[in-house]
Amino acid sequence: MAEKQHLHLHVNGEPVDVVAPIHNTLLEVLRENLRLTGTKHGCELGECGTCTVLVDGEPVLSCLALPIELQDAEILTVEGLTEDGKAHPLQIAFAETGAAQCGYCTPGILMAAKSLLEKNPSPARREIEEALAGNLCRCTGYIQILQAIERAAAGDVGKPISV
Amino acid sequence: MMRLPPFRYLAPKSAQEAAKMLADHAADEAMPVAGGTDLYPNMKRRQFTPRVLVGLSRVENSRGVSGSSNDGITIGGMTTLTRVEQNELLQTHYPAITTAAALVSAPVLRNMGTLGGNLCIDTRCNYYNQSYEWRKSINFCMKKDGEICWVAPSSKRCWAVSSSDTAPVFIALDAECTLVGPDGERRVPVKSLYEHDGIDFLKKKREEILTEIHVPKVNGRRATYLKLRRRDSIDFPILGVAAAIETAKDGTVEKARIVLTAVESAPVEADKAEAVLVGKKLTEDAIEEAASIAYRPAKPLDNTDLTNAYRKKMARVYVARALRELMRAEP
Repeated sequence: MAEKQHLHLHVNGEPVDVVAPIHNTLLEVLRENLRLTGTKHGCELGECGTCTVLVDGEPVLSCLALPIELQDAEILTVEGLTEDGKAHPLQIAFAETGAAQCGYCTPGILMAAKSLLEKNPSPARREIEEALAGNLCRCTGYIQILQAIERAAAGDVGKPISV
Repeated sequence: MMRLPPFRYLAPKSAQEAAKMLADHAADEAMPVAGGTDLYPNMKRRQFTPRVLVGLSRVENSRGVSGSSNDGITIGGMTTLTRVEQNELLQTHYPAITTAAALVSAPVLRNMGTLGGNLCIDTRCNYYNQSYEWRKSINFCMKKDGEICWVAPSSKRCWAVSSSDTAPVFIALDAECTLVGPDGERRVPVKSLYEHDGIDFLKKKREEILTEIHVPKVNGRRATYLKLRRRDSIDFPILGVAAAIETAKDGTVEKARIVLTAVESAPVEADKAEAVLVGKKLTEDAIEEAASIAYRPAKPLDNTDLTNAYRKKMARVYVARALRELMRAEP
């Protein structure tokens, strides 16, 4: 019988109490206990990046993180990107540039991009590529993703798109 | 869906406490975990199913970089690869270390993975790093659950590949590491940590915790690291070359280190090539001669990405490139 643990986590600005087996990953606890299904299951082996969430502002792979080690940390998922019901500029920019095709990699990329822009508000294309090196998109839509992040960084959200 | 197998989780406050916890359990029952980026995927594929995990995240004073370029530096084993890569002291005086750390996988993984973990990383093989069902379908291999080495079927030993990017650099810098056991600690050269065996690839006792890496003072030693892989954004090395030299005032090489990774089950030091360089100036001829000797001990087999013939050829090319980089960086 798997040992269960009472966990005190901080997710998207709210304290939450969860009872879950210790060997459940942060990804599993977010999706199955907290019903925060915006964070996606991908390879589950640390290769694809779609499960990326922020822990104290830094991108980490929730499929390889144990909640028991994160009880003092602030966890942010894609659900926590909106403020007062309004989409984050990155989310709007992704919609405007068509940066999501199937959308499966999008939550992880949004979180990695948010962390990047907080540390580096106007990153060069090369710096965005490096920050997203661990996030795979199988629809081959990287160009629009890079453009969306540049658009959000430039404060151009809402402006007409020049093609 | 791949889930972790169930385990009990212990959170020691010191490395010695962690070592005691490991010593209290039988060999396969308990394992230490640092960042988890190497161990958890292997546990999900059932390469390891420890009943007890000894988590090192609460171990005190296990992170950070201290010291100076004149006295040598110490890096805590639990320091994340991101912190290593971004450390200014290391960037300025030991750029080969930050280069190697920055070449490990992707930023999101480096935020979790630790330096100690990278030095102790499990060896890798195309027949091993697969799901349980995949491995079962070939009747397993000797590294886990089976009898045979599928890469070299007549071989008595496992040929899984040493895949640490940082190990060759620390060997090239003559670094040492501290291993803490239940009854005390010892300091050993990083080079002597590794064994040419894909299964028993670490010479440390299983309960010992690698707590610190000590790098000697710079003393004019210049070093570099080059890595070959298919996807530059994320892959493990299929060849890595660390090179370091110390030269006299007139440019004569006094000490040379050339260490290859991902060509064997342990990092390989090309000592014959090193000997060729000593006493010479680092000219194009000397570099070509050293490279033509250095790549010989590389034994790439058909158990990782791209072809072994190509990887062997590239070992020579990369050694020459690394040495040329050091030649250009002459003070």
